[in-house]
This record gives sequence, C-alpha cells and structure tokens, in this order.
Amino acid sequence: MDDRSQQPPDGPRIGADEWVARQGEHRRQNELTRRLGRAGERIHPAFRFFALVAGIAIFGIATSDQYYQRVGFNTLYYAALALGLNVVVGWAGLLDLGYVAFFGLGAYAYALLDSPKFHHHWPALATMVVVGFGCAIVGILVSLPSRRLFGDYLAIITLFFGQIFYNLVGNLSLTNGQNGMTNLDPLNFFGFHITTVRQYFYVALILFTVVTCVLWLVNNSRTGRAWRSLREDQMAAQLLGMPVNWLKLLAFAFGASVAGLSGTVFASLEVNIFPNNFYLSVLITLYAIVILGGAGSMPGVMLGAFTIIVGLEVLATPDNARLLFYAVIAAGLVLWLRPWFWVPIVIGGTVAFGFVVSAIATAAWPDATKPTSFGGQNLTMSSWVVELTNPTRGGAYAYGALIAAVLGVTLLKGWVQKVALIPVLYLAAFAWENELALNPSVTAEILLGALLITLMIVRPTGLLGQHRVEIV
Amino acid sequence: MTALLELSGVTLHFGGLKVISELDLVVSENEIVSLIGPNGAGKTTVFNLITGVYDPEEGDIRLDGRSLVGVVAHKRTKLGVSRTFQTLRLFLNLTVEENVMAATYCHTRSHVWQSILRTPFQRREERDVRALADDKLAFFGDRLAGYRRRQPAYSLSYANRRRLEIARATATKPRLLLLDEPAAGMNPVETHEITELIGRLRDEGGYTILVIEHDMHVVEGISDRVVALDHGVKIAEGSFETVATNERVVEAYLGLRATEEDAAR
Repeated sequence: MDDRSQQPPDGPRIGADEWVARQGEHRRQNELTRRLGRAGERIHPAFRFFALVAGIAIFGIATSDQYYQRVGFNTLYYAALALGLNVVVGWAGLLDLGYVAFFGLGAYAYALLDSPKFHHHWPALATMVVVGFGCAIVGILVSLPSRRLFGDYLAIITLFFGQIFYNLVGNLSLTNGQNGMTNLDPLNFFGFHITTVRQYFYVALILFTVVTCVLWLVNNSRTGRAWRSLREDQMAAQLLGMPVNWLKLLAFAFGASVAGLSGTVFASLEVNIFPNNFYLSVLITLYAIVILGGAGSMPGVMLGAFTIIVGLEVLATPDNARLLFYAVIAAGLVLWLRPWFWVPIVIGGTVAFGFVVSAIATAAWPDATKPTSFGGQNLTMSSWVVELTNPTRGGAYAYGALIAAVLGVTLLKGWVQKVALIPVLYLAAFAWENELALNPSVTAEILLGALLITLMIVRPTGLLGQHRVEIV
Repeated sequence: MTALLELSGVTLHFGGLKVISELDLVVSENEIVSLIGPNGAGKTTVFNLITGVYDPEEGDIRLDGRSLVGVVAHKRTKLGVSRTFQTLRLFLNLTVEENVMAATYCHTRSHVWQSILRTPFQRREERDVRALADDKLAFFGDRLAGYRRRQPAYSLSYANRRRLEIARATATKPRLLLLDEPAAGMNPVETHEITELIGRLRDEGGYTILVIEHDMHVVEGISDRVVALDHGVKIAEGSFETVATNERVVEAYLGLRATEEDAAR
C-alpha cells in the first residue's frame, strides 16, 4: 500500500510538541510588562474582593455627606442588579429584556408586605427570604414557556413579560396603579430600624457582597461551567450531557432572585415606589452597565456600574460636564490627528476662527448676542464663543447643524478634512455653550452615550471583558 | 463478545428524502468499527440518531440492551454515549481545561446549593473533576499541556481542536465513543498520530469506538470491522479488505464506469 501507515521511525515523536516548549520560554522572557498584572492575578480573588469591600466600607465611614452616601447606595444596588443580569446574559447567553420586571416584583412585594396598605409589617429578613425564593420561582414559571427559545425570539418574549408587569402594576388597584405605593416601612432587622442613608448604604453593601459571593461560587462550579458552555454552543452542550432547558431555567431563577432582592432594598429606601421606577430606562442602564463592563466578567460588571452611575452623577453638574466635554475633544484630537502638528493647527485655528466669528457676530447683531467679555472668570470661553441672549432656538439649530457637520466631516479626506474640522469644532463649542450646558441632565446622557459608542468602537469586549470569538 | 450498540431496522426521512433506511448495525464491546461512505451517505445522521439529535421513525437503537429511542440527548450521554463533531463544536471562549471539565456535568451530582455552601462532597467532586481533566488532557502528551490549558479553546490550532474534542468527549465517561472524522484536516504526521491514538483509546481507555472516517489509511489502520453506507443503505460490512474490494463500495465511491472498467480488466 502506502508508506503512510508505517511512519518513518525517525519522524517526530508522537505527542511531543516542541513549539509548546519554545513558546513557553518565549513567554517567560517577555513577561516584564505583564508582571504587574500577573502579580494581581496571583492574589486569590477572595482577597481582592475583600479589599474592595473594605474600601467601600471605609468610604461609608469617611463620608458624612448624604449625597455621596446616596450615590454609593445607588452604585451598589445597581452593581448587584447588573451582576444578576450578567448571570442570564453574560454567562448563560440568554437575551433577557424582561429583567426589570423582577426588580419591580421584589419592590412591590416589599410594598405589600411592609406598608400601611394591608397593615402587614413583616420583619425585613422574612420579606427578603420570601422575595428571594418567590422571585426565583416566578422566574422559572415565566421562563418555562420560553425555555426552547433563544436569541431574538427570547428577547421578544421577555420584553413582552416586562411590559405585562409594567401594565399590571400600573393598573391594578392592589398596587394603587400609577399613584404607586407610598409610605413603605424602613427595613426592620430584629427590631432594629434602618433609617439613615448611611445605614442603607451598608445594607446595600451587604447585599452586593452576598450576591457577589454566591454568584462567584456558582460560576466556579459545574453549574457555572455548564451555563457558559450553553452560551457557547447549545447543541454541543446538550450532546455532552448538559440538561440545557433546566440550566436556562436555573439562570433565570438566579437572575430573578438577585433582581428581587435589589428591588426590596431599593423600595425600602425610596419609601414611595411607582411603576415608572421599573421601566425601560432602568433596563437600558443595566444593559449599558453589563456591556460597558464586559458581559460575563464580574469585576467588569462592577466597574461598569461604577462608571455609569457615578459618571451620570458627575456629568449632571454643568462645570464637570463642560470640563469633560472639552477634555474629551482635546484628547480625541491628540489621539486621532496625525501627524502631530495638526493638533496645534486645528485647536489654534478653532480659537482664532472663534475670535473672528464672535467679533463679526457681536458687531452685526448686538441685540441677539451677549457682549464679548475679555475679563471675568469665564475668560476663555465667552471671549471667543458667541453666546446668544436667547439661546433656546439658536442653540437647537446649532445642535442639529453640528450633527450634520460631524457626519459631513467623516466623508472628507486628507487635509481638507482637517481644515473642515475647525468650523465644526467651533460649532460644537457653540452648541455646547448655548444648548447642551443649559440642560445638564439631558447632556449627561448624551455625553455618556457618546462615551459608550466610542468605547464600543475602541474596545468592543467592554472594559474588562474577555476577547470573544464567535466563529473561527 | 456482547453487543454494546445495536441498531435494528432504523429508518429516517427528511421530508420526502429517505436518509436512512432499514439500517442494521451492531458494535460489540471493545470493538472499533468504521463507518465509511461517500458524502451524503448518511454517516453523520447515524451518529445523530444514536446521540438523540433525531429519533428514528422506525426501528430500534439499543445500548447494552436498553432502548435509546425517545430518551433525551443529555440522558443518553449519561447512559454512556459520547461523540465528537465533524464541524468542531468546542466551547470556543472557555479555556481548554474548562472545556473538558464542563463535560463532566453528566456524572457529577453536586446541587447548586452545595456549590454555594462548598460542602465537603462538592469540594471532593470538584477535585475529582480536575484530576479527570488532567488525566484526559495528559492523554495527548504535550499537545494540550502547559500554558495551553488555560488558554481559550479558540487559540488552538485545527488539529489541537480535534484533540480537545476527543478529550472532552471522553470526559463524559462514555462506554461508546462516536468519532466523526477525527483525522479531517490533519497533516500526514498528525493523521498517523490520530490512528495510533484511536487504538490507545480502545486499549487504555476501554472505550468501544464507532468512527466515521474518509482517510482509508486511518480506516485500515484502526478498524476491526468496516461498514459502508450509501444513500442511507448499508452496502457492505466486514473486514477492511472485504469492504474495500466490494464492488458496490467501489461503485459508490467512483461511479459505475470505474466498476465496469475494473470488471473488464
């Protein structure tokens, strides 16, 4: 026959792989840059997490400002919520758009069990146990009909469930419809009432810690491995002995349980809850957190929660937002413009262009513009950016024009594009000063959206997400 | 030798197309049987029938005397059937190690609450799972060793992915191992290695192996028996020599003309 069935005796040794050995050496030599990262990795995750919790606890002691405590509380319960969503989306790979309903379910359960409505005043722990297990069971029941679905179909079904919940609580007399549930009890642990924001901050910290520990333990077990296998290839998982339908239900149950507990803590601090607290905006924020941080990565989701929640708060202050706005533009120019000498040309050109425009504008329409000032605290901006006396319409037009101009600039090439940047940047500054800076809350969301888009382009896996491959 | 796997009169249609008709197939304990046939002959469909992707419309599939018909796919794995895939279906974003560990799901028993509480039983089981994964990966020598074990599966070369598929399949503790074209896309050295490896799987692992393969050198090197399929019908069965020289097999592979020329000669 052929000589292939009898391999040459001096051929490569079966099962030996020189490349592995050589590659191993190579990696050891090039490790200097990664040493810090490796050192971090060598610390057991439990210790890293303990350090994080200790840091947060110290923050709670250190700050006496209720505003900071409240932001901390928000970050923590959002982190817990996002970790629950991460079970369903990041690990089991199921696109669940009805997740907020369980957050609401937990909150309304607390509202019914601990409020003047029915004169029930359960101890908080009892309520939490009921909510934790109850939400898990409801999660299983709700996902029973959708257990065979995945991808877009599952998303549609779960979105529908979320909508049902919203409509139910918004219309039932049991939940007071759109008037919401009011005067909920403060959390009550063995007769001890949680009343101050700081105490709630610590309750949220405990919730966050428990959720993280439980989910970490589950993820590092056969169940977690099976979830992630299911995400990668449902059919292979089933043929290798994993009961995929049960695993899906289990993922939903864990997500629902975490969401319900977060809802309970949220409701008890809010005192009054309304159907709109549990609507799409919360879902979108949660998905932003999970995707920004990196779906499937627990530290990533925590970082995502911190970035989004604290980021939104920071940006709600106009001065911070202005600083960030100009800093991001400057950083973008420095990173993007090549060769480097275009950076001073474009920035200098923009300011020079601004002086000319504002001189002409103030001279031509003295009524419509604020006088150019060459003094005062806002020297740099108001001296070259035209400020309208009545910015409502002009600002809106400028904003619209800015979007068109940015899209137009992306179509240009070479030096023309760089020169065209000058008026566009001026328009951006004009739109900012006359429209965006006056509506801080809207602007915060626009800025955050822009940041998210940029991040997704630069790093599609999220901040700490693992590189993912779909098909190779 | 007792029969481990028995297919009797198995028939399956896809719409109006008869994919498998009246197929009888017996694989005895500790035997290596090759399933050959041209593309579209229904070889992978036979695997899909045994593993529970499809259920036969007629006939029976028995594993160690127990009928598998109607049993859910993941329970069949528990009963001792495991397979690899022709179109590699690894869990690409899991590490090499995790791929193997995930496949132990069917014979581990820790509940979720035991995992949360890290009970002694769960910890013991987890240690066993790790040891098992070590063992299964060590079967391939250096190929899946060293830093590679903590790399995601997508970083592996094509041949190593095939090896990992086999390691993963054996981690379910199967009695019957179904290998779907284990040598596809491999170079001659690797093909030779796979041939040797399949023999070792039977001798050291104690598995009964049913293998689909197109490379006739591999088939010749490993098979106790060869079964040839064409259009879902068994056209020949026996030793490699008998099947390879069978007129209908040659016809199925090369067409009628070749057979006639052969006969004329």
